[in-house]
Amino acid sequence: MIDSKIPSGLLKDKWTRHKSSIKLINPANKRKYSVIIVGTGLAGGSAAASLAELGYNVKVFCLQDSPRRAHSIAAQGGINAAKNYPNDGDSIQRLFYDTIKGGDFRAREANVYRLAEVSNNIIDQCVAQGVPFAREYSGYLENRSFGGAQVSRTFYARGQTGQQLLLGAYSALMKEVHKKTVELHPRCEMLDLVVINGQTRGIIVRNLINGKIESHSADAVILATGGYGNIFYLSTNAKACNVTSIWRAHKKGAFFANPCFTQIHPTCIPSHGDYQSKLTLMSESLRNDGRVWVPKNKGDKRRPSDIPADERDYFLERKYPAFGNLVPRDIASRAAKEQCDGAKGVGSTGLAVYLDFADSINRLGKDTIKARYGNLFDMYQKIMDTDPYREPMMIYPAAHYTMGGLWVDYNLMSNLPGLFVLGEANFSDHGANRLGASALMQGLADGYFIIPYTLGHYLAGANLEKIQSDHTEFKIAEEQTKNRINQLLAIKGKRTVDDFHRQLGKLLWDKCGMARNERGLKEALEQISVIRDEFWRNVTVTGSEGDFNQTLERAGRVADFLEFANLIVRDALDRRESCGGHFREEFQTPEGEAKRDDQNFCHVSAWEFNGVGKTPQLHKEPLIFENVELVQRNYK
Amino acid sequence: MSKKINLTLKIWRQKNAQSKGHFEIYKAEAIDTDMSFLEMLDVVNENLTKEGKDPIAFDHDCREGICGMCGAVVNGQPHGPVRGTTLCQLHMRHFENNQTIVIEPWRSRGFPVIKDLAVDRSAFDRIIASGGYISVKTGSAPEASTLAVAKDKSESAFDAAACIGCGACVAACPNASAMLFVAAKVSHLALLPQGQIEKKDRVKNMVQQMDTEGFGNCSNEYECEAACPKEISVSTIARMNREHLSAKIK
Repeated sequence: MIDSKIPSGLLKDKWTRHKSSIKLINPANKRKYSVIIVGTGLAGGSAAASLAELGYNVKVFCLQDSPRRAHSIAAQGGINAAKNYPNDGDSIQRLFYDTIKGGDFRAREANVYRLAEVSNNIIDQCVAQGVPFAREYSGYLENRSFGGAQVSRTFYARGQTGQQLLLGAYSALMKEVHKKTVELHPRCEMLDLVVINGQTRGIIVRNLINGKIESHSADAVILATGGYGNIFYLSTNAKACNVTSIWRAHKKGAFFANPCFTQIHPTCIPSHGDYQSKLTLMSESLRNDGRVWVPKNKGDKRRPSDIPADERDYFLERKYPAFGNLVPRDIASRAAKEQCDGAKGVGSTGLAVYLDFADSINRLGKDTIKARYGNLFDMYQKIMDTDPYREPMMIYPAAHYTMGGLWVDYNLMSNLPGLFVLGEANFSDHGANRLGASALMQGLADGYFIIPYTLGHYLAGANLEKIQSDHTEFKIAEEQTKNRINQLLAIKGKRTVDDFHRQLGKLLWDKCGMARNERGLKEALEQISVIRDEFWRNVTVTGSEGDFNQTLERAGRVADFLEFANLIVRDALDRRESCGGHFREEFQTPEGEAKRDDQNFCHVSAWEFNGVGKTPQLHKEPLIFENVELVQRNYK
Repeated sequence: MSKKINLTLKIWRQKNAQSKGHFEIYKAEAIDTDMSFLEMLDVVNENLTKEGKDPIAFDHDCREGICGMCGAVVNGQPHGPVRGTTLCQLHMRHFENNQTIVIEPWRSRGFPVIKDLAVDRSAFDRIIASGGYISVKTGSAPEASTLAVAKDKSESAFDAAACIGCGACVAACPNASAMLFVAAKVSHLALLPQGQIEKKDRVKNMVQQMDTEGFGNCSNEYECEAACPKEISVSTIARMNREHLSAKIK
């Protein structure tokens, strides 16, 4: 059975009480414990810095050449906190409620409340680190609004909030590297998890420069390796984002929760052609001043400026007058898809809608718009070769974030003792849909303010044998890792790794993307096996295992995506309701909105691995709502 | 409008840090001008792979111009011919049909080649580790609104903090100096009230580490500013020199 370990007591007291009752390790003893952290984004970087400050021995691994490059760096819009500086009625309770509701009531109350509670500490910490948040002329911090909220609670640093927050966490981490409390291993990829006597005791990594397979042991392992959105091939994720570390942990027994909860972001630059290698996000903040529209008439090929106002359909404002262009992401994405499916889409492919700033530029002036979004407008112009100050942007939804991830309890520990999972890699806080500016908040909450408490609680109570990296279990895992690499190199087939990845991505986008149905999902299950079989017969991986071999790196990741794809689809098939980003066409309201089934699906689906291609075992964690009323989400 | 162009690529190939490198010539045909430079390299690599040849190694990740992972010298210019642009955001519409493009890795003693176009920039991490931070521990920060920061100061700090650590400044400098990189971090923190307490040690330690890593000195060529994809100003170098001098005096 799975136990979420949610503390008893009133919602608002749970975290405070838990912190004051959990076990502690005295300062002098902390250095006797070692911790491995994989991933150096906001969650991993902040955790590494904070745990090293406490005195633990920390080893950090990342696959980029520097911890500063993790994909948190690309987050644009902002970070939420319940500071209520604008005096517009915000509170911890309201941030909690908006996040629970935004997630379509598929997240744990206690986790989300804690997230809202620590949100304010994050802003304090980051300001002290020197993060240059936007400020008013008075010198005080400025806020803006984001989707799914009617208050302005988002702190931001131009359109580069993720970059500035990550550089803050990175600098805190490097300060500890300098003190030698953190040992840094860049260009290393985790390829297996080692569990000994039921406890997580280390990892196997491949040194990406020389191909060496290494074992690293510790008293606990923290995975902060991000999301799996790249399973769709085209996504807003960085090219190296992957599912490998959490998938390997899943294969070693860690439960995978709600894998079908994937977020398709409404405002991305549309795809150009077959060679497209990734999609670029245009921050949600643009919807503060941009108006989304399509021509009222099907197939209207006129230039946008030639289409008069009464022949335009501002469909978000029409359908959702209360929130207008700032409805949550899942709703905005589906609405855009609906327009394009109805042949109202624009651009050469018909798979785009307009995001128009003309009214805002008229009202506020070009300079104000430039100050707010200048770098985003520049990026759009570079990619699309058109000037968004003069012509509306064209946007279309793209895979962006994954709410699903490894199952964790309230302490952020998976069902495997000693394996903790932070940030996007876990499933914990966003339910079936994440609100904008909440990913940065969660990553930093987990790393700065939650794991420093809960890790000590585990270590103090765990009975840990002395184990070194020459233990048999490490040797076995090393052998398995090497065998798999040799297998990939030995196939010498005809198709490239990217070719398979594109094929898988398109299949999932079509059958398990913005809209899903039973027939399509069943077809996908069959086709995934076909692609996976062909991959293992016909992929070509050049070079050798002892080199800097980027093809081999990608091959391993795509092989894991091909296994994991089964689980996403099975989860989507099993969840016979629509909620948040999971839209099952069979389950919708007469107006075409997601129709939840709280009677049968008010639970977390935690899947246990049973073998590749085999039906996994489902464990249900009931979601109990004591403080909010389950309602149909209404943004009208 | 997009069109197709044919290109001749002259690309630096080097097996690893120990071996000697050389140029090889490749044809890139029917390249769509809407492609990014890295997508063009992807196409070349897909073809090489299908022929069973070793694809060209190059670092890249976000492909949005923010992670700082990508970079190569294109026809003598780090990140290519368009100002304020990383290689991943450079599009093929800036090249002519039948053009020859020479592609090389960053060249500097501080950045040894790993393979082909990929270099080791860990020297930058060591420079940051030597002092590029405010040493505030998690949990000890005061309430954020107790500190007002003048908007112009905050904006200038941001301009410097926008550095992505790609290393183009080093690649562009005839002395392979890392001054712009170091100055950007020194300026970011020196401009903010939070950064005052450690500012002297910070600048001294970072400059010392920069020298230890084997980067050269600044001789006011301004090539770094011209190559910087985030257009960080050389005025940050002036500020760093000032900070360094005043730190040394006391």
